[in-house]
Amino acid sequence: MFKDMMPSFELLMPSDLGNAVQLAKQQGEGGWILAGGNDSLDWFKDRNKRPVAIIDLAGIDSLKGIRETPDYLEIGALTTLTEIENNPVINEKYKLLADAAAKVASPQIRNTGTLGGNICQDTRCWYYRSGVDCYRAGGDTCYADTPEGMNREHCLFGADRCVAVSPSDTAPALVALDATMVVVNSEGEKTYKAEEFFVGPDVEITRMTVLKNGDILTAVRLPAAWAGATFYFEKVADRNSWDFPLVNVAAAMKLNGDIVEDIRIASSGIQCIPRRLTVVEEVVRGNPRNEDTAKLAGKSASRGATPLNFNHFKIPLLENLVTRAIRDA
Amino acid sequence: MAYMHIGKNFIPHDVEAKVTGKAKYAEDFRADGMVYCCLMLSPIPHAKVKTLDTSEALKMPGVVGILTADDFPPTPEPRDPILSNEPHFVGQPILAVAAESETAAQDAIEKIKIEFEELPFTVDPLQSLYPGGPNAKTSGNTISGAFGQPPELKSVKWKAKDFADAGDDKLPMGEENGATWSYGDLEAGFAKAHLILDESFVTNSNATHSLEPRSGMAYWQNGKVFVHASSQSQSMVKPAIAGALTAAGVPIESKDVVLIAEYCGGGFGSKIVSYPLLVLPALMSKKVNRPVMMRVNRAEEFFLGNARPGFQGRIKMGFSKEGRVVAADLYIVSENGPYAGSTEHSSAAEGVSLLYQPEAMRYRGISISTNTTPKGAQRGPGQNQIVEGVDPVISKAARQLGIDQVTIRKLNAANNDSKIGGRQMPLSSAYQKEALEKGAEKFNWAEKSKQSGKRDGSKVIGVGVGQAFHPAGFSGMDGLLRITPDGILHIHTGIGNLGTFSHSGTSRIAAEVLKVKWENCVIERGDSRKHLPWNMAQGGSNTSNTMTRTNYVAAQDMIAKLKEIAVTDLGGTADDYDIGDEKVFAKADPAKSLTYAQAAQRAIELGGKFSGVEVPDTGNEQTKINAETMAAVQGIAGTGLVGVARDTLPRTGTPAGIGIAFMKIELDTETGHYEIQDYVGIQDCGTIIHPMGLTTQIKGGALLGIGMASLERTVYDPQNGLTGSASLYQSKPPGSMDAPKNMDVDAVNLPDKDNPLGIKGTGEPPVGAAASALLSAIADALGGHYLNRAPVTRDMIINTLAGQPDLYKHMRINSN
Repeated sequence: MFKDMMPSFELLMPSDLGNAVQLAKQQGEGGWILAGGNDSLDWFKDRNKRPVAIIDLAGIDSLKGIRETPDYLEIGALTTLTEIENNPVINEKYKLLADAAAKVASPQIRNTGTLGGNICQDTRCWYYRSGVDCYRAGGDTCYADTPEGMNREHCLFGADRCVAVSPSDTAPALVALDATMVVVNSEGEKTYKAEEFFVGPDVEITRMTVLKNGDILTAVRLPAAWAGATFYFEKVADRNSWDFPLVNVAAAMKLNGDIVEDIRIASSGIQCIPRRLTVVEEVVRGNPRNEDTAKLAGKSASRGATPLNFNHFKIPLLENLVTRAIRDA
Repeated sequence: MAYMHIGKNFIPHDVEAKVTGKAKYAEDFRADGMVYCCLMLSPIPHAKVKTLDTSEALKMPGVVGILTADDFPPTPEPRDPILSNEPHFVGQPILAVAAESETAAQDAIEKIKIEFEELPFTVDPLQSLYPGGPNAKTSGNTISGAFGQPPELKSVKWKAKDFADAGDDKLPMGEENGATWSYGDLEAGFAKAHLILDESFVTNSNATHSLEPRSGMAYWQNGKVFVHASSQSQSMVKPAIAGALTAAGVPIESKDVVLIAEYCGGGFGSKIVSYPLLVLPALMSKKVNRPVMMRVNRAEEFFLGNARPGFQGRIKMGFSKEGRVVAADLYIVSENGPYAGSTEHSSAAEGVSLLYQPEAMRYRGISISTNTTPKGAQRGPGQNQIVEGVDPVISKAARQLGIDQVTIRKLNAANNDSKIGGRQMPLSSAYQKEALEKGAEKFNWAEKSKQSGKRDGSKVIGVGVGQAFHPAGFSGMDGLLRITPDGILHIHTGIGNLGTFSHSGTSRIAAEVLKVKWENCVIERGDSRKHLPWNMAQGGSNTSNTMTRTNYVAAQDMIAKLKEIAVTDLGGTADDYDIGDEKVFAKADPAKSLTYAQAAQRAIELGGKFSGVEVPDTGNEQTKINAETMAAVQGIAGTGLVGVARDTLPRTGTPAGIGIAFMKIELDTETGHYEIQDYVGIQDCGTIIHPMGLTTQIKGGALLGIGMASLERTVYDPQNGLTGSASLYQSKPPGSMDAPKNMDVDAVNLPDKDNPLGIKGTGEPPVGAAASALLSAIADALGGHYLNRAPVTRDMIINTLAGQPDLYKHMRINSN
């Protein structure tokens, strides 16, 4: 139930990454990595997640800021969404991410919310958030995927005991940009492609990403290969601010005249992970960008979708958003 | 008429504290030795507590006490208990723990061992009405009892055939067991109708989500209880606290209650007088003998903040060729929550009778208990949700008859000679037609209505008109004024601080009548130690009409006493004198005068009625000053010239507060997203007191209406009674980004005849007007597809545009 009163815990505030990695290892299962806190604090206040120690990354300057290299643009995991929204390099070369960041929640949340936090945030399945003993919470049932479950916000694809969806606006943008996530733990540094970074319930039902206890996401790298491409981001939610997407779409296209030479496109709100729409990419790649291609792409986006009781509206919505992405980018 | 204050803007005295954060709300107070109390909420929609073991919790460090339902006498049905051993909804408080800190209190709650026996439950009235359906309460599913008789719960079931005949898309209409009335010849009306529409509709429940939750702090000192509360009202709350404490086994008189409620962060009807949590801190304080702070969290405010009941309704309306409503047959099933709830279907029916003036009308309504959060009044209770169902039916009829949307509404509009309700009672004023005309002009309906259905790429324009009504005035309250020897006019007001600034707006009427400059006035309010008279609870759009009458009669009493003092000191008769420039003076020789300051000094010297040492007792219950006012007068007796009077001015009919709204939206047919481009709101509120206050009332009301019509979700899982709407981000009230791009408001500004200054209320109708205008605008953008549901959420629009069926069973409630 909703308690709104945190239990006591140990607060650890490392000042450098090495220290943070060491603390994360020491704390193991009882540790919790804290960035902006917009998601974490709710969990603590409702006492539905009970870490022993919080490792607050806020004091680690090396995790903040945006650095350009010849091969990629590196964004520190603690960089705020507001900073990303306003950064000139991102706006010039990877506007897709700036547009996605600008659509997250509200200005107040974007001022404290970080890129790392936005892509690592937990699902918003309302049953799971209310503290029930569902699969994702370590239990043995799903409340949403039932004959009368209230599942308007839930998934069209990839259901596996759990039908929750990725609520992130920036995650599909990162998949579309073919980003790489940098993860550090006591054994060293490891990188993951965005698509590998996010995991569905078929892989791991109590997590949304590859991050395990002891792991810290330190940065996201955007490859130079997609800099300056043609981008499209759109989010449809109930409200115009402070809302999670019902469905969003993020597309990056390389055009040669009318021809779409290459495309990456992904969407949140329809699967537990930001879903890369590879079928759409196949349909579009090498074809002229016109109304027919756009419509065909839209139709292809929903192939294989399995709606629940209350979420079949997401099928035309996804189709239309994909059509718009190809047509209007 | 040229007024000093009426119709002019001013800065209310509490604005600065509010915008600078200096204002102290209930949770900002502290007292020596204060402890905190937290609630343990039920996770189950209906159950009995089988076993409860608090021993480990009591042993936890910092814990000072636990209150359970066993600490009080049982709460008589159907009232909401403060704590319960038989919770009737998820989120109902079972017990409260007090501790040195909130963390300690919450830690202790986790140590409580509790076992439940689960009982049948329902979140949908129609499920309960079906043969064999579950009752929300062991004692039944509806409250019966004639007016004035004690209510009793009974079980009502309709016939399976009622449901089968109605099908999935229509409201079954079983044997009536609730309220009913009718007037005119309904059958003849339908027989002569050119067009008959039979529409079933659902309006969802709306949580109140007051920005300030109902937190409170209380302590006992020298036989008195000090209560810091979040309340819309003031005078009426004090005896209510005494009554609630007494009922909970702590007998106390109203005179021993000190109520401090200077600011309120929103109530919307949910904090009008009493609510169960109001006295919990005082009861805990009595038990643990320490001051107790109870901070109510956001989810608790959802559970315990009184939601607007949703309606499952059906209206059959007959129209003449010209669009006149010749017959209306209304049936409403109200989703009532587990307790007393309200009979909002009856105010809804009154609203229909007023706004459309049907030549003949029948109304049937029943409230069915459900295991959802308790229901109660919310800004326009009944009147605002019914127009979400019915006003779009008028739009649909206009479409089918080929009549303009404004024309059809003007044809059916109420005027000063119109009647209301089953008994066809008179009105003191109604300027619905004038409001429609003013709105049409301001909105430029003639031009904008031509844009209906106009497409630009994937976008299409929709336009809509909406209307709503609320009775806007009450009588019988006491006004209390005092002029002190420094010449200051003290306006004692027992109205609350709901946030509308009407505590000041209505007080200015005393200054107006007494011709006192505003800088020479002080408003005494917010704390019962300021000697406050018996005044209206702030709600029901009543404040403006009622409190201006009240302050008017007190000012008249003051003028009479000023003249009497002048006669005593300066000779002549009362008729020889007039007032002006804060003096009472001889009309023939203005130099012969007493300043108000001098008169106040003389009043003290003369004593008796002049200084409030004596208050004339009429001996008549209908006209005498209330005991609460008498106590207030005693408190200020001998300190100045006292004006005190009860409002016995004539009341010839219901003052009709009427709101009109116009909306233009641009809907994207590919995403279901729309932008409200233009909104115009017009209010029939009589004479305007405070233009700026009126503007914020109408615009704020419109935002609430936009939420009701399109955004605010109330979702319950019928399998377990869990709710998916307890957080603001889940429930989705509109934010500033959801507001119309252009908002323009105005008022008819024609006087009501039962108010000496022509004033009537404003608060509620702007909500329903905006809601129904938006619903009609959405339907217009969808090419005349009326979804007969509120809210119409994004998913419903997308499904409609995609031509796919809505998977909601049409009549299901609490599902979007």
